[in-house]
Amino acid sequence: MTFADIQSRAQAAAAPFLDSSQPRILVGASTCGKAAGADDLLAALPTHLKELGLAIEVTQVGCLGLCYAEPLVELRGADRPPLLFNGVTTESLGKILAAYYRDGEPEALATMTDQPCGDTPAFGQLPMLSGQIRVVSRNFGRIDPENIDHYIARSGYAGLARALDMDPEQVIEEVRTSGLRGRGGAGFPAAIKWELCCNEEAGQKYMICNADEGDPGAFMDRSVLESDPHSTLEGMIIGAYAIGASEGYIYVRAEYPLAIERVEKAIAQATEYGLLGDDILGSGFSFHVKIKEGAGAFVCGEETAMLASIEGRRGMPRTRPPFPAQSGLFGKPTNINNVETLANVPVLMEHGGAAFAENGTERSRGTKTFALAGKIARTGLIEVPLGTSLRHIVFDIGGGIPDEKTFKAVQTGGPSGGCIPAELLDLPVDYEHLAEAGAIMGSGGMVVMDEDTCMVDVARYFLEFTQAESCGKCVPCRLGTRQLLLLMNSMARGDSKPGDIDLVLDVAHAVKAGSLCGLGQTAPNPILTTVKYFRDEYESHVKERRCRAHKCEGLLRYAVVADACTGCTACFKACPAEAITGEPRKPHIIDPQKCIRCDACFQVCKFNAITKS
Amino acid sequence: MKRRSKSPVVHLPELDGVLPRYTREESQLIPLLQEIQDTLGYISPEAMQVTARHLNVPESSVYGVVTFYSQFYLTRQGRHKVKVCQGTACHVRGAVEIIRAVSARLGIKPGETTEDFEFSVERVACFGSCALAPVVVIDEKVYGNVTPEMAVRMLDELV
Repeated sequence: MTFADIQSRAQAAAAPFLDSSQPRILVGASTCGKAAGADDLLAALPTHLKELGLAIEVTQVGCLGLCYAEPLVELRGADRPPLLFNGVTTESLGKILAAYYRDGEPEALATMTDQPCGDTPAFGQLPMLSGQIRVVSRNFGRIDPENIDHYIARSGYAGLARALDMDPEQVIEEVRTSGLRGRGGAGFPAAIKWELCCNEEAGQKYMICNADEGDPGAFMDRSVLESDPHSTLEGMIIGAYAIGASEGYIYVRAEYPLAIERVEKAIAQATEYGLLGDDILGSGFSFHVKIKEGAGAFVCGEETAMLASIEGRRGMPRTRPPFPAQSGLFGKPTNINNVETLANVPVLMEHGGAAFAENGTERSRGTKTFALAGKIARTGLIEVPLGTSLRHIVFDIGGGIPDEKTFKAVQTGGPSGGCIPAELLDLPVDYEHLAEAGAIMGSGGMVVMDEDTCMVDVARYFLEFTQAESCGKCVPCRLGTRQLLLLMNSMARGDSKPGDIDLVLDVAHAVKAGSLCGLGQTAPNPILTTVKYFRDEYESHVKERRCRAHKCEGLLRYAVVADACTGCTACFKACPAEAITGEPRKPHIIDPQKCIRCDACFQVCKFNAITKS
Repeated sequence: MKRRSKSPVVHLPELDGVLPRYTREESQLIPLLQEIQDTLGYISPEAMQVTARHLNVPESSVYGVVTFYSQFYLTRQGRHKVKVCQGTACHVRGAVEIIRAVSARLGIKPGETTEDFEFSVERVACFGSCALAPVVVIDEKVYGNVTPEMAVRMLDELV
């Protein structure tokens, strides 16, 4: 069967779904949606539909990116435009269905067309969508991720069909024109990576997709694999053709069971359609893919550590050269790309590298997805052209800081990245500018922090993570992160010595310079950026033994306000450390030496007689 | 170099259906251990011996892998697994308070199991559901926007 035949068959099969005037109910059911209650909605729908006497098909779709508004339900049909409803509960579901399909006035978040309807804006007009250009997330929430026909009907696998008509060198040239750089963190040009591997003479080569998204605070790769698994798979097949690989692995975190399930289905469907496996689309090119489940080690996101893990060993990185392109998996030339990098490839192959390069900046082409989380009004997954300012992302798209608090910093790049302060909010977000600020793009996690966040605590938190995840092979990382953590812990406890801040900086620079792999080389970044931009907070921890955000437990002092205390003994009874003494009906006293700062007395006091400082 | 396994011959009947499905290659080590853990609930010393023999690798390599990856447990786990996310977003939105509340309710620290083997508590780096932070996963079901009180209530419902 030719690709044109596959396409027309898929278009026919997907037509009823893609026609949004046909009655249908779409429920956003990626992990975020499920955590917010999508599963309960799916379970309740049949009963509600029966009560209303409606027979309407329900389809589970991926993530629309508006995580703050989950669970999301789209209703279609009923002589109205398709409408998107947010924060749907099992209680409100029945009312919404009745209003939409009967004659009520449903209050929706947006219409799922280009046109607004009355007071309801079109999806693209929502503030969260402002300035977004969706390339990687083009199909999110718009298709059933478990249905290959939907993907093909929205021009899926057209990029692969075009690539197979070209020479591998031409494919690499197209990627070079696009300027696509690795989306996993380091930003290495994808075309150069492919070329290096392509030029190696070997009977066997491997193509690996890195889906070991371990950065806490990042969920782009999970969203791609859950919402549109075929786009990554297609990118992987194109890459394999370009470098001449016949076998591939997708290395996915075990913490992402739904992503694994959907990728498994995608592989099976693509194989059934002749888009994967032997003699793909009659081109003579064969490629087989297996899934490898990670076993919980952050360092396995590093290329050489991942190779060791796939080979069945402890996931420890090794020195380079030789680079994986020369000697990788089982000693064969191997190319490793991140999920999002690969999800861009089908688009640039279909429309050409030049069209892809229209978005972004001179040296950072294209769009990038970011996971917005933390102290921000609209959390979710966004996609903007590279070079968009942080201010636009945090305030226009993300809606700023909730509860009338003040913005303090945004953390990018997870444990390898840094904290960017308010004075740099106009920074264009691309590889170069983030690196200049001391942070990194990383895979795209953005955690927003407000005035209640202690920057010393944040740096300490990341160090705790990297120190635990250090594989232990090289000394600077193994011992250096340990020493840094001990120093940070003593700051948080209030027993650090004068000069400790400079000592921390010394050790941090040594770890950065001396570590074997990216984990150690970047582990000090959170410390270095927080000292650079928030040195006053460190000073107050060290000199005044004070944590202005009241976060560092060790620096909290609990005391009884004698005037307000009625001597009710509630705190006395609640204290697990016997740190509170006093007689009934007389003011109690807290012994700071015995106090373990568990907050129990503060929570139990009905008279606001306990203070924290 | 071909090695001969020096591991003693141990027979674990529970694994009779598992082992034959894995070829005797070192690259099968992690997937095999994952399935053994799914079957037994943890990786016992005997299971490590069986694995070493099946794949013809030294027991020390098996032990090395089991202890390297945080997914593998060396001890029997509780019937209910409570995983508290400690990702960045969860951290800034109060994951520490949740861990404290859960530990206080069950009387165990993260990484421990209650004496009756009903509950295990662990801290997990990130579930990638950061937009709904703080997140708690109980027996594979993900709960978002959790408060310490909610977490304790969910535990009480399972008791």
